[in-house]
Amino acid sequence: MTISIDSRPLNIGVLALQGAFSEHVIVLNKLANTENISKVIEVRTKEQLGSIDALIIPGGESTTMALIAERSGLIEPLREFVKTKPTWGTCAGLILLSHKATNTKKNGQELLGVLPVTVSRNKFGRQVDSFTISLPSPCLDAVTESGNSNSFPYVFIRAPCIIGIDDPLVQELIVLPTSSPAEEKGDIVAVKYKHLLGTSFHPELTNDNRWHQYFINMARENI
Amino acid sequence: MSQFQAPQNLTSQAAVSADSQAQADSFKVKAGLAQMLKGGVIMDVVNVEQARIAEEAGACAVMALERVPADIRKDGGVARMSDPRMIKEICEAVTIPVMAKVRIGHFVEAQIIEAIGTDYIDESEVLTPADDEHHINKHDFKVPFVCGARNLGEALRRVAEGAAMIRTKGEAGTGDVVQAVRHNRTIESQIRRATTMTNQELFTYAKELGAPYELLKETAKLGRLPVVNFAAGGVATPADAAMMMQLGCDGVFVGSGIFKSGDPAKRARAIVQAVTHFNDAKVLAEVSEDLGVPMVGINCDSLQDKERLENRGW
Repeated sequence: MTISIDSRPLNIGVLALQGAFSEHVIVLNKLANTENISKVIEVRTKEQLGSIDALIIPGGESTTMALIAERSGLIEPLREFVKTKPTWGTCAGLILLSHKATNTKKNGQELLGVLPVTVSRNKFGRQVDSFTISLPSPCLDAVTESGNSNSFPYVFIRAPCIIGIDDPLVQELIVLPTSSPAEEKGDIVAVKYKHLLGTSFHPELTNDNRWHQYFINMARENI
Repeated sequence: MSQFQAPQNLTSQAAVSADSQAQADSFKVKAGLAQMLKGGVIMDVVNVEQARIAEEAGACAVMALERVPADIRKDGGVARMSDPRMIKEICEAVTIPVMAKVRIGHFVEAQIIEAIGTDYIDESEVLTPADDEHHINKHDFKVPFVCGARNLGEALRRVAEGAAMIRTKGEAGTGDVVQAVRHNRTIESQIRRATTMTNQELFTYAKELGAPYELLKETAKLGRLPVVNFAAGGVATPADAAMMMQLGCDGVFVGSGIFKSGDPAKRARAIVQAVTHFNDAKVLAEVSEDLGVPMVGINCDSLQDKERLENRGW
């Protein structure tokens, strides 16, 4: 398979139904010149979705976003979009992209069902269990300036976690260190699958833009 | 939050670096949850059934309390923290974050609410204050706090005490949005003034506002409050909610407005849609249709000074 890199200016959307969408918009606007982004668009309608090359689904409450998307007639267009277009889900966005989620509200919740992983909502507990951790991140090497450390300051807020990988093509990008010796493997908190990126954490709450650069590079390879 | 760092070895206190980094990380996580709530509606609920209705309507969080402000107003007497069992039941019934109220200054109520795993604490003027001079030192807690404010000085004093989220006080339990509008406009206009000032002027303005200088300087630099700011107190309709969003709020609390109305589920859904599409008058018109009877409400002008909850807080 040859990968053709598309270098034309991109329109990148951020789903703006609820949650921390403006944080992503601010980071993308900071990167607009260096990464050749022509427009950053807050997406609330089908028309806006139609005008973008790649999408970020932000953190927030996944149940809320799913319900608003449904009532705004956006669920089906979103399902179509994420089938082929580069999309990154952070936290709630990861839950929405996944094909299976546990610990959901009674009656379950709508998912876009395109990322073949099983996600456990609020895996780490309630807000008092939210945490930050700095970890080496070899996947960011390509966007880390030479000579700099590749560790990244991760922020987890009532975070979900990937508890099952349901397709061998899913790549694990970041795995947390084990919390006890009894554990064989730490929790998976970032995965890549074809044109999709899913992360439990919130790079948009840090000053470090490398995960956004990583996604933009990924988007260019998959348009 | 403060950028002030005392010179090394001025006193025998340990160097600040490790501690202040830990505090900064902890604050990032506290303020971060508020960032996740933005563009959302937080609804007052008094039992599991209401909490489920709120979640199904698309609330981004619920505030668990025994009586909504309209009833607290009607019943009189001392209003305290809710029964922990009732809060725990609500925590188990929904997957969205659960908040609970404690009295101003009542740090033990806060310890109790933290111990049962609530996601956010509202140190609220809606309950009867437990301390008439001090607020809770919110840095002492792992659980984040939201506090009410009528002006920039009050907001920044609360942030200095450790609040990770601010809301307007408005006038809870009235269904009259006028005070929330006034409080938000006051904060916004004071921020706009601060952004035009020199550092020298900011020192004097900090004194006038009763605001910590470092936080005022940060606010002036950012051009907004340094934490998430929600509207609260008197929001009763989708139009009220959208107006508060257009005035620059990051999201909306709705207290008595939903479950004191004729068709709570429908009104709750409508307010959620209104907060997402706050700039789209067509959507606002659609969702405002046929909502049934709104809460009756009390005109704020008819309240005696001692009946005004907004005056609580120091």
